[in-house]
Amino acid sequence: MAIFLDDTSRVVVSGMTGAEGTKHTKRMLAAGTNVVGGVNPRKAGTTVTLDGHELPVFGSVADAMAQTGADVVVLFVPPPFVKDAVVEAVDAGIALAVVITEGVPVHDSAVFWAHAVAAGGRTRIIGPNCPGIVSPGLANAGIIPDDITGPGRIGLVSKSGTLTYQLMHELRDIGFSTCVGIGGDPVIGTTHIDAVEAFEKDPDTDVIVLIGEIGGDAEERAAAYVKAHVSKPVVGYVAGFTAPEGKTMGHAGAIVSGSAGTAAAKKEALEAAGIRVGRTPSETARLVREVLAETA
Amino acid sequence: MDLFEHEARELFSAHGVPVPRGRVATSPEQARAAAVLIGGPVVVKAQVKTGGRGKAGGVKLARVPDDAEQVADYILGMDIKGHTVHKVLVTEASDIAEEYYVSFLLDRAERTFLAMASVAGGMEIEEVAATRPEALVKVPVNALTGVDQHKAREIVAAAKFPAEVADEIASALVHLWEVFVAEDATLVEVNPLARTGGGAVIALDGKVTLDANAEFRHPDHEAFADPGAGDPLERQAKALGLNYVKLDGDIGVIGNGAGLVMSTLDVVAAAAAEAGARGPANFLDIGGGASAAVMSSGLGVILGDADVRSVFVNVFGGITACDAVADGIVQALAILGDAAAKPLVVRLDGNNVAEGRRILAEAAHPLVTVVETMDDAAREAAKLATVPTSTEA
Repeated sequence: MAIFLDDTSRVVVSGMTGAEGTKHTKRMLAAGTNVVGGVNPRKAGTTVTLDGHELPVFGSVADAMAQTGADVVVLFVPPPFVKDAVVEAVDAGIALAVVITEGVPVHDSAVFWAHAVAAGGRTRIIGPNCPGIVSPGLANAGIIPDDITGPGRIGLVSKSGTLTYQLMHELRDIGFSTCVGIGGDPVIGTTHIDAVEAFEKDPDTDVIVLIGEIGGDAEERAAAYVKAHVSKPVVGYVAGFTAPEGKTMGHAGAIVSGSAGTAAAKKEALEAAGIRVGRTPSETARLVREVLAETA
Repeated sequence: MDLFEHEARELFSAHGVPVPRGRVATSPEQARAAAVLIGGPVVVKAQVKTGGRGKAGGVKLARVPDDAEQVADYILGMDIKGHTVHKVLVTEASDIAEEYYVSFLLDRAERTFLAMASVAGGMEIEEVAATRPEALVKVPVNALTGVDQHKAREIVAAAKFPAEVADEIASALVHLWEVFVAEDATLVEVNPLARTGGGAVIALDGKVTLDANAEFRHPDHEAFADPGAGDPLERQAKALGLNYVKLDGDIGVIGNGAGLVMSTLDVVAAAAAEAGARGPANFLDIGGGASAAVMSSGLGVILGDADVRSVFVNVFGGITACDAVADGIVQALAILGDAAAKPLVVRLDGNNVAEGRRILAEAAHPLVTVVETMDDAAREAAKLATVPTSTEA
């Protein structure tokens, strides 16, 4: 078991024929992911061979689903095309859309998110501007390196890609059930809370690692959620204690968030919810080991 | 990107939000000419991207053109919270009966847009929000349906704007929403939105923040770029396409990925406090593809910072292989030659790390120390930052 993505997932890659799409599709295949094709309206009907895998290219996610039974789409399309691509995937009713693309205008993300909600929430969106999701040993949908670590019983959710890799590396001897990189954009499809909720229900996850960084109040919300709903141990880490204050947003930003979104405020909220918070990635890894030793 | 008031005013005007007549001036003479053109009393307002300029004396009423010239002379060159005033906006003085507040912004937590409105606008709106939150209404706006006349009416009713200005405010809200969407803003704020003695509704001051990710569909926004702003090193880094922020410490930091670099700053700050160094000198994220060229320009910027006494290169090779990063460091040092005169502590981990460390060991550059873990490397960099340089010794 794992969350959101496992060995039964059938993955199509939107933007597979571009440079990034090709590189990472090969990596996903090497990780054992069941990649069943690509999506590119201009190359529909053609076939691409990547490392010995013959992959059909479809004109739309809907076509790919009809022909292959795909239930996951990973999107590498350039920023101007992301909104329409996600809307098409949602309309096709795919279960999971992982948006890797960086630099998506926030109005576009707000629109495709509102569209997904209006469609009844049948499509889970991860990202945009995220490294994707890996369930080591089962499947990899995105750009998280699969060779850092193997399967294990830690679940990890993070805004940051490289901090995800760092923690996977620090705890590589234990292994992970699933690592989800949710991205740091202002509007994202899957939140810390969504991942924590799924890890709580996942029988193969024993401890949850929650990595946050400055901005917004997602960590504070996750802390409240953990306190109310989570029985599994959670270890936190927040980056950005020494980061300079962001640009002023006029009066409105401060009024709406109610907190400055500082690392200190987030750490405090997590600790108030009973979550142990590391001061550095290595201390965070040590806390995970302690928690696992206590529960063993 | 935050805009100046006069730029926000331009966008408001272009989308039909009523604004007072006005002109930008960069000299007292121009301010005088603007006052003559407008006729009657004018307000001369410092153009700075910070709040509290009224309280700082950056907004003055001028009854006649001579006064406008005089107050512009006083305001131009003023320092307001570290921002030097290079231009003023001269607008017709309005006969203000009441001051309201309206804005549209992104609500991150709810992943939607939000309208905020209050009949108690003006300089004390933050105070109102803190002490009388019921006086500032927040109305969620769906990104798909936006703000039409009907939605604008809902906001007007929720905020309890007076009936006699309801039509004008609803219309202003529809036009303001158009600014928000058409210009890809993450914030549009009018404060105050004034009712004049004559019953007109007019946007007297505004803030607009534009989404940098949407630049590809707004070539016209280039005109708002403020190349003279900020730290000189930040300008240099920006020109090189680097994600760099100057800080006030003495340990240069380079890493890959914003999260890891932020984390590195924290670890360096803690190590610096222990060692008696000042702390991180900068944030620099070279991103995923750490090529020799990117590493070289990054190192060039950091080594050009007179405050930097040691440098910490912290890379976790995820997609990027560590051997490529090591090659980048070696090539960068070769390109920089004698300009690279500060000690470098390098921590590499992840993809192909053994080969990366081998390359650095083989190069055996006298300024480079390779340390295995992030924590130890930060301590080493902090220690090196406290060592007197040869010229100081």
